[in-house]
Amino acid sequence: MATMTQPAGFPFGTSMKRREDPRFITGRGNYTDDIKMPGTTYAVFVRSPYAHARVVGVDLTAARKSPGVSAIFTGKDLADGGMLPMPVGWLLPNMKMGERRALATETVRFVGEPVVVVIADSPYTARDAAELVRVDYEELRAQPDAEKAVGCDITVHDCAADNVSFHWMLGEKDKTDAAFNAAHTVVRQRLVNQRLIPNAIEPRASFAFYTSASDELTLYVTSQNPHIHRLLMAAFVLQIPEHKFRVIAPDVGGGFGSKIFVYPEECVIAWAAKATGRPVKWTAERRESFMTDHHGRDHVTDAEMALDADGKILGLRVYTIANLGAYLSLFGPAVPTYLYGTLLSGQYEIPTIFCDVRGVHTHTTPVDAYRGAGRPEACYVIERMVDLGARALNLDPAELRRRNFIPPDKFPYQTPVALTYDSGNYRPALDRALEMLDYEALRAEQAAARKEGRYIGIGFSTYIEACGLAPSNVVGSLGAQAGLWESATVRIHPTGKVTVFTGSHSHGQGHETTFSQLVAGEMGIPYEDVEIVHGDTGRVPFGMGTYGSRSGAVGGTAIHMSIEKIKEKAKRIAAHLLEAAPEDIELDSGKFSVRGSADRSKSWFDVSLAAYLAHNIPQGMEPGLDSTSFYDPTNFTYPFGAHIAVVEIDAETGKTELVRYVAVDDVGNVINPMIVDGQLHGGIAQGVAQALWEQGVYDENGQLITASLMEYGIPKAEQLPMYETDRTVTPSPVNPLGMKGAGEAGTIASTVAVANAVMDALAPFGIAHIDIPLTPAKVWQAIQDAPNRPEN
Amino acid sequence: MTSISVTVNGATRKHDVEPRMLLVHYLREVLGLTGTHVGCDTSQCGACCVCVDGLVVKSCTVLAVQANGSKVTTIEGMSAPGLLHPLQEAFWEEHGLQCGFCTPGMIMAADDLLRRNPTPTEEEIRAGLDGNLCRCTGYHNIVKAVQRAAGRMGQTRDTFTIDAMAGKTDEFPTPAAKH
Ligand code: FES
Ligand code: FES
Repeated sequence: MATMTQPAGFPFGTSMKRREDPRFITGRGNYTDDIKMPGTTYAVFVRSPYAHARVVGVDLTAARKSPGVSAIFTGKDLADGGMLPMPVGWLLPNMKMGERRALATETVRFVGEPVVVVIADSPYTARDAAELVRVDYEELRAQPDAEKAVGCDITVHDCAADNVSFHWMLGEKDKTDAAFNAAHTVVRQRLVNQRLIPNAIEPRASFAFYTSASDELTLYVTSQNPHIHRLLMAAFVLQIPEHKFRVIAPDVGGGFGSKIFVYPEECVIAWAAKATGRPVKWTAERRESFMTDHHGRDHVTDAEMALDADGKILGLRVYTIANLGAYLSLFGPAVPTYLYGTLLSGQYEIPTIFCDVRGVHTHTTPVDAYRGAGRPEACYVIERMVDLGARALNLDPAELRRRNFIPPDKFPYQTPVALTYDSGNYRPALDRALEMLDYEALRAEQAAARKEGRYIGIGFSTYIEACGLAPSNVVGSLGAQAGLWESATVRIHPTGKVTVFTGSHSHGQGHETTFSQLVAGEMGIPYEDVEIVHGDTGRVPFGMGTYGSRSGAVGGTAIHMSIEKIKEKAKRIAAHLLEAAPEDIELDSGKFSVRGSADRSKSWFDVSLAAYLAHNIPQGMEPGLDSTSFYDPTNFTYPFGAHIAVVEIDAETGKTELVRYVAVDDVGNVINPMIVDGQLHGGIAQGVAQALWEQGVYDENGQLITASLMEYGIPKAEQLPMYETDRTVTPSPVNPLGMKGAGEAGTIASTVAVANAVMDALAPFGIAHIDIPLTPAKVWQAIQDAPNRPEN
Repeated sequence: MTSISVTVNGATRKHDVEPRMLLVHYLREVLGLTGTHVGCDTSQCGACCVCVDGLVVKSCTVLAVQANGSKVTTIEGMSAPGLLHPLQEAFWEEHGLQCGFCTPGMIMAADDLLRRNPTPTEEEIRAGLDGNLCRCTGYHNIVKAVQRAAGRMGQTRDTFTIDAMAGKTDEFPTPAAKH
């Protein structure tokens, strides 16, 4: 239960009620689609019904005559108007890049690709007119399957004749092959990590207007990183001056990665607002969200693990085909490479790993970062293989994990796949999870249940996550086209009240609360004296935004740095006012006092006012009291934990019920435990859903079969249990706050915990692996085909 | 155009609307009550839930003309300014929301559930929210919020006040007034 007070002077560990909530619970949130201006017009996109076709002709005659229509644009209009192709934000060596236009001109390459935009005076009239747009297509053969696309005769982009955009490798192949040659046991498995469709409940939306008097363009957009939107749109797509372009991400209804990217629609809306001189709004229908929000996952992997007789892992070999979709999305190339291959060591001391990834184009929606982004895929591979190894050696999966954990005295730990883990202590988290579960008792119950023909399974996932991608020079050398630092301006007003301008963006994470707690705690002032501003390029100097669980560790540290600088200056002012030496000034509970004589003190109010009046500040000091900091971390942070799922399978129907879910996470220091638990809960639900229900499906012609909530299995309340959570705390040495990151941990861990639990339940049938999602039909079929019929 | 008269949050509103206009668009676009959200096009997400004549409905599935003569309560009408309904208080207290987009619909659906069944079990709460999707919370804290509110629905509405310090709204400059 939340609380309303925080102990003075300490930013960590208090579950403050969220200060953003009153507006949301009373219906006063301000989401992009809520924004309206007089004269607003509404856009509807005409989209390709084919996965692959040539656009032969576009006839707008009837549509133009439709009532209320103010403008209609084709891809050619945009190109003629100076719009450039969509940008790619991560370049890999020798990567082939097919061009993507905001509106397709000659060829469409996935179902839902926009071709024409119709703008009219109401959403209804815009839709009427869009119905009258006639696009003639010559349908071409399509290839939605990445494995089949490699080298097939259907080509997505001419520049990549074999459809392979990049071939990327990490680790030492020869050394790994040698480890396999010396192994006692080798386990092999083909693992499919299915395509997911993000489905933030708020659909994507854009609203733009142009102010001719100041030549300024303003865009409200559902973005996790408005400054990145502004930079990329201004510099690369629209080619307009960055300082004349304001991007605002107001309240955003969930992102999960899908609102990082610069999409065609917002580029078209911004361009059209300027071209027509009227405000233009577009809000996706859910069907459009399914077709065009960039998807996640979609890997096919052949994995092999080598072990010795004692269950020590000797090596790991991973070959992955990653479906990139029809075009390279903004960070599409980074996700199956640097966010995936580098995480394959998990929590284990593995002497050698080799990873080989081919990024392949298909006639499907582009694939990019989604909730965990590469790391859930890596966790799925390593944790499934560990379980298969345990089964092959007849070892308890918890025991095999323990035997391979990186010992706590080996940190910082250099993995064979490029990363250096900052800190970790893996065993206590697993021990705590086993204790919460009452593991021995549960194993006994499982054995007893099997005798009655009931199939209970216990599945583990001892996961690692990498948060706060950094430092910028390293990610730059790996291909990133952006820095990955964060900025914060902390402004102390003359009365001692504080406004923080943060480059992080909250779309559910509760930054207005946690960052206020941080500032209040560090300055020793009341929480209500702090205001957090985010999401507006017109107010926040610059920012990289929120993704990859980076806001606390990176954005929070930038705030901390600014506060430190302010404290430094404030102490000098206080010393001056108190006629003492700056070294003798102590700050405690918001009071500056002279060491040893607490009665001589000044408050933040006194010091701030003095700073702004500047009547009596040290000689030569600049007036004012604010500070901007840019924090570029020296390394990632590495949260970890142990998750255990307990399932029961109905062998008659193949239906899996998630009975219990225990999660012990270590995300370093925690500002607001309630918020962190909430992040974990949501992530766990997504991961469970990938294990059991969710799957984006294309038919062989590239039609998206799962294009609405009727076909795609977003979990409902009744499908999920209460989650049993706890924490261990291993502060990160990377940043001064000791924070690691919590946004994606739940999702990374939970898919494979549930998958492992199902395989454990099905062990009596001799079933070792079924690909996720483990739907009743698949599980039932596997039971029918199983080698064993358990004797009850 | 068809003339309709609807009592929304206690005030009678009269408008001429297109017969095809959905109730949710009438509320959002005509009346400016943007607390009711649209999350899908197949009547599944529940973000659009409002109360019509005492029953929760998905306002994306009702035409505005069908609401003619009805009493409609939206999230904005759940409590007087500065005060909170027990469910609003409970969602806040139990961290039953993250991005807040599903929240108005959740609260309206939960209100209907608790009026029909004032003391639901956890299972009944989960089943009762079958028509509402949340992508952020994993439902854990939503269920807890409904459990918490269940004990308090008997209390007069508007017992709970918004703490002034947290009652921050309108953080972003809006080009034009919304209401
Ligand atoms: S918008 Fe009405 S159910 Fe989704
Ligand atoms: S709080 Fe974001 S969808 Fe429910």
